[in-house]
Amino acid sequence: MMPRAYVPAAIARQPWGVLVPLIALTGFGAAVLYSAAGGRFETWSMSHLVRFSIFLVMAMVIARLPQELFRKMAIPVYIVLCLLLVLVELIGGIGGGSQRWLNLGFMTLQPSELMKPGIVLVLAWFYSVLPVGETQNWRALAPAAGLLGIPAGLVMLQPDLGTGLSIAFGAVVIMFLAGLPLRWFLGAGAAMLVIAPLAFFTLLHGYQRNRVLVFLDPESDPLGTGYHITQSKIAIGSGGFLGKGFGDGSQSHLNYLPESHTDFVFATMAEEWGMVGGLFVLAVFGLIFRWGLKVALNAPDRFPRLLAAGMTMTIFFYMCINLMMVMGLAPVVGIPLPWVSHGGSSMMTNMICIGTIMAVERWNRVAPRSLS
Amino acid sequence: MKLNSRLPISSAILTNRFERRTFVMGALQAGVGVLLATRLGYLAVAQNEKYRADSESNRVNLTLIPPRRGWVLDRFGNALAANRADFRVDIIPDRVNDPDRTMATLAGLLDLPSDRVRDIRDKLDKARGFQPVEVASSLDWDKFAAVSVRLPELPGVIPQRGYSRFYPAGAAVGHLVGYVGAASAEEYEKDRNPLLITPGYKIGKDGLEKSFETRLRGVPGARRVEATASGRIVRDLGTREDVPGRPIQLTINAGLQDYAARRIGLESGSVVVMDCETGDVLAMASMPSFDPNSFSDGIGRIEWKMLSEDDHVPLRNKVLRGLYPPGSTVKPMVAMAFLEAGLDPSASVSCGGGLRVGNRVFHCWNRRGHGTVDMAKGIYQSCDVYFYHFAQKLGMDVIATMARRLGLGQEFPMPYAGQSYGTVPDPAWKMRKYQKEWALYDTVNATIGQGYMLVNPLQQAVMASRIASGREVMPRLLLDRKAPPVKSMGFRQDHLDFIHAAMSEVVNGRGTAGRAKLPIDDVLMAGKTGTAQVVGLNVANGKNGIWKYRDHGHFICFAPFDKPKYACAVIVEHGGGSGAAYPIARDVMTYLFAPDKAMAVLDDFEKQWGGNVQQRMATRYDSFAAKYGGSAPKPVPDDEALTEQVENARKRDTAPATVQTDAATPPPEEPVSATPPSAPPAPQLPTAPQGQP
Repeated sequence: MMPRAYVPAAIARQPWGVLVPLIALTGFGAAVLYSAAGGRFETWSMSHLVRFSIFLVMAMVIARLPQELFRKMAIPVYIVLCLLLVLVELIGGIGGGSQRWLNLGFMTLQPSELMKPGIVLVLAWFYSVLPVGETQNWRALAPAAGLLGIPAGLVMLQPDLGTGLSIAFGAVVIMFLAGLPLRWFLGAGAAMLVIAPLAFFTLLHGYQRNRVLVFLDPESDPLGTGYHITQSKIAIGSGGFLGKGFGDGSQSHLNYLPESHTDFVFATMAEEWGMVGGLFVLAVFGLIFRWGLKVALNAPDRFPRLLAAGMTMTIFFYMCINLMMVMGLAPVVGIPLPWVSHGGSSMMTNMICIGTIMAVERWNRVAPRSLS
Repeated sequence: MKLNSRLPISSAILTNRFERRTFVMGALQAGVGVLLATRLGYLAVAQNEKYRADSESNRVNLTLIPPRRGWVLDRFGNALAANRADFRVDIIPDRVNDPDRTMATLAGLLDLPSDRVRDIRDKLDKARGFQPVEVASSLDWDKFAAVSVRLPELPGVIPQRGYSRFYPAGAAVGHLVGYVGAASAEEYEKDRNPLLITPGYKIGKDGLEKSFETRLRGVPGARRVEATASGRIVRDLGTREDVPGRPIQLTINAGLQDYAARRIGLESGSVVVMDCETGDVLAMASMPSFDPNSFSDGIGRIEWKMLSEDDHVPLRNKVLRGLYPPGSTVKPMVAMAFLEAGLDPSASVSCGGGLRVGNRVFHCWNRRGHGTVDMAKGIYQSCDVYFYHFAQKLGMDVIATMARRLGLGQEFPMPYAGQSYGTVPDPAWKMRKYQKEWALYDTVNATIGQGYMLVNPLQQAVMASRIASGREVMPRLLLDRKAPPVKSMGFRQDHLDFIHAAMSEVVNGRGTAGRAKLPIDDVLMAGKTGTAQVVGLNVANGKNGIWKYRDHGHFICFAPFDKPKYACAVIVEHGGGSGAAYPIARDVMTYLFAPDKAMAVLDDFEKQWGGNVQQRMATRYDSFAAKYGGSAPKPVPDDEALTEQVENARKRDTAPATVQTDAATPPPEEPVSATPPSAPPAPQLPTAPQGQP
């Protein structure tokens, strides 16, 4: 990406087009977390950077894996993840109450998080092996729907609406890009418009319904769920164009803003860095997504293409929902902002996505796209 | 797409479709990016001002500092109502987790007696969430510190330094100044001022404190702190000092007010002293009274019981709400009416102890008769027959007009709610009120201040002042040193002089109040006695027996008689006659000229009475406390109910027990038991027979 004569080949070969934005974003995130911790580096920033470093290495390793391995592992990985989801459900059932993670001793594992890239992987594999002629009929849809239905259903059962929607979003994007007939999507969209209100009143849990209602009118519950949205908007709005200055955000420092270092980290940032900081974050994400989709377009075959685009859209979904939530455009769902929010699970998921896209980019170099 | 769907699908078509759809995804991302950027701009730039304000109101916690209330001063600048710095402890009921445990802890720390604890518990149960309930005020530093230290385990308890209202003269100014108290829920509904629910803040509830609330209130200060969401204070951002309320200066003479209140002693009565040249009210005492200090602290159940069960109605301001038949105190006024109507003062009538009016005999208070009586003698001997005779000749209208000119039945703009103005009857009034023709005996009754005629003590004082100075004085409570001189009533000076001389004779000569002579050599006082029947003589003789059947005692006076400066009206409810009233008037007037002499007299009296007002109230309180302990049966009313009940307690009894519509028999003017120091004509025995047919 940065061919410079004087740069060693090993370094020049690295995908700097994504690494620079990633490092910039993570570094900025660490700075925001430093301020959110009241000027303490050890509280959150250090672990944030350490995790990024570890998962970056992991992504590099993933990037070195051959395409064949990805194809072979798609189904086993998917099955293992589904089993883990069932296991979580069982443990939760026994322990009473909902549980989303497994305690592995050294870390807690959230299988539903891993299912986000997992569903992209398995569906990309499915459509790559599906004969071209079958893409326009039910045989292109039914197995995919099954592959999506099992994990999405299990995650919704937990109940974790945000992750469930995220998984479904990844799957639908793959189907869309795989070339399934447009009218299916239009029809499904129309059906959603009908079903959504019904589901709202029947399927959603009380607290989930409440969150949606409060999202529509945050002032109706200023001290409950609406408090999050209201305080987040106050933090972002009071920052203005240039922000209150690094370390001077009263909303986060005086604890008015809840979850100031995780889900609402963007509000913490925007209060101190203002709209300029917000535009910077948006721009960096834009670079990452452009890189991801470019890699997808450059890929020679269906599998890497769908894989790269699906992974990109998975990260996009994270960012999109999180930012819409903190700015009061979406209900409060527990989805962190990639590379800025403090948290291990999402960092891992996003770095798996990045690693996969990097792998696709490497495959592209090895076997450049033929003119087909 | 339509084209594609018809063609056999191929890998190339799928690739083409992938590229186009990826572009759609990219466009979707760009669209979302623009949407987010727009939203960000909307929040951070367009709505910046709003959210900046919200953020500030989050960050900055404003604590109101209640303003110091304006002082109430007397005419010399002495405080009638002041503020005292104190330490206090309040409770916000909403924030208390376990009221019983909290109160138990506080009772231990503050040494609260059990009845007080029960009062506070009652209030905690009744209080709405935002209303602070006072636990204790005027605490010393040690107790205050003890509570402050234990705050973490006492949620909802607020110890603070503040100011509390202090009335140095106590009960003597209870009715005059009023009292303050915590704002009630209703008052807060009306005026949603956060100050009203600030712990320790009190508003005027009665009297001047209420009437001049806006002037006395002042502007609260504020303390700005930066606080976290959980309320922990991070730093102090600054304090704005309060602006104390403006003081009001009264025409009252604090020393005289206190003296008058104390001199009433064990009686139920009132004293009004006015400057008869300007109308300045120098004293306006109604006793027994309540101690505004304890009212302002939130009255306790024992004290409430003590006040509400007292038949001397300490809660009623008798000066403005008490209505009495004025008795013979109207005679100088009636004589004035006769003079103005052209009656020759030397015109005389023969008093044989009674006069036949129609087919009824109206008795003179002196049944043995006064012999030949002219106007002067009619006044100083208070001869009823003289007035019966000439009132019939000159008619009621002359008298009623003069009564109103001199202030009876008139409303005066005094800053108090719920005054009673009484009645000056005349034929038109009777027709309006009872649809009955005016009868001759109505005139006869009215001339001796009985029957329908009702006045309040302030009106009597105004009457005395106007007779004394011949000026149209209005009672004035707010001091105004630049007030223009009061204009004349337009009476002939020789008429005034004549009345003055006759009234002087009442005290200094052959009159009915010889003992009222001032113990001062060069100051002569002029006055007029009055004894007003409460019930007919068939019920009680009015002198002794059941307290509430005894006659009211009246005395109006002014001094010096030849150059009137001060006028005074005294009423002693059920005092048994004017003999109960004029000694009080004498001593109060003495105080104006020779305070030492007056105080010496009072000291002797107070020794007999069992101490001064404060000591007697304390003794009474102790006896009640001993009797009922912490379990006074009637719980103390909360603030709203208190105001209401005070109002009820104040409503005057439905006029004097029986309105004497028929011929009244005037009660004797001089008490039998008197041992006159100077030698007025020997007192006569009461006349008993009923004047009714």
